[in-house]
Amino acid sequence: MTIHNLYIFSRNGLLLYYSEWNRLNKSGITKEEEAKLMYGMLFSIKSFVSKISPLDPKEGFLYYKTSKYTLHYFETPSGLKFVLNTDNATQNARELLQQLYREVYLEYVVKNPLCQLNEPIQSELFKLKVDELFKKSPLFLSRSL
Amino acid sequence: MVIYGVYIVSKSGGLIFNHDHNIPKVENEKTFNYPLDIKLNYENKKVVVSFGQKDGINVGHMLTAVNGSPVIGNELEDGRDVLEILNQQENFPITLKFSRAKMTTNEKIFLASMFYPLFAIASQLSPEPRCSGIEILEADTFRLYCYQTLTGIKFMIVAEPSQLGMEILTKKVYELYADYALKNPFYSLEMPIRCELFETNLQSLLETIEKCGISSI
Repeated sequence: MTIHNLYIFSRNGLLLYYSEWNRLNKSGITKEEEAKLMYGMLFSIKSFVSKISPLDPKEGFLYYKTSKYTLHYFETPSGLKFVLNTDNATQNARELLQQLYREVYLEYVVKNPLCQLNEPIQSELFKLKVDELFKKSPLFLSRSL
Repeated sequence: MVIYGVYIVSKSGGLIFNHDHNIPKVENEKTFNYPLDIKLNYENKKVVVSFGQKDGINVGHMLTAVNGSPVIGNELEDGRDVLEILNQQENFPITLKFSRAKMTTNEKIFLASMFYPLFAIASQLSPEPRCSGIEILEADTFRLYCYQTLTGIKFMIVAEPSQLGMEILTKKVYELYADYALKNPFYSLEMPIRCELFETNLQSLLETIEKCGISSI
């Protein structure tokens, strides 16, 4: 099981944080462009899901799977979006994203008066804690080792 | 165990076939007093609930009837404006019927062509090289399975998340397509599929799977 990369978007679509661990394929475009493409895709998936759903959706979109990776999506009611790419064997990455929101984002960004909300996160402590959380998670098994 | 629908999208992204199998009907009727405790708005030629969900009437539901007479757009059959009626106290108590908005054929075509770039972007944003597009997309109310053939046609199935073996079903539908649509001399490629045999066979395939499970085929 591997974790590839993580994106955090604000409610307006601004990339707040990006981090990668095991990424083999570079998309060939800059990080900013890639973030815009990713946000655009998520936005479209959200509206696609709400229209095609036969019943009233509550949480809406949860994840999608391709032949090589799975994209897990978690959105808070305030519109903050967490996106995590893992391999296909990973099961409960959603819980990990909730934990990331609860134990890292709230503690080290929201409770840090020097961190501006809705601006890219600069805090070194946050970076450290995100890395720590993912590295100690059972889902993280580096293949490059 | 429910299969909600089957969609076939051509190589160029157009919807060439769609079959609604078992779409649940969400309908609620309720008598209201003045003033109305839900907020209604007129958008996209529908009167929809924009705030205040209760008793099974949810945000996004569409007003279908007032006191039993159907609503067309924002008007009743006799041409009176619905939102005006709801603003006048003398019309209350009033019985309103709401239902979840059904997709029109145009909306389905629109959604099919919207899925096409999503499929492509998903493979472009892949952290691993040589990746396919979306194969399974899950939301809390349904799961969408997509199978792309070597020739670029996409077979999509929308089913309940708990329904098993849908990957096999997508391939089975491909088989039916190859047998009954492609071998039909009156069918031209990339055009909507109007083949009776294909439809009846698909219908019976879906019914057997719902009754006896995927292992029966």
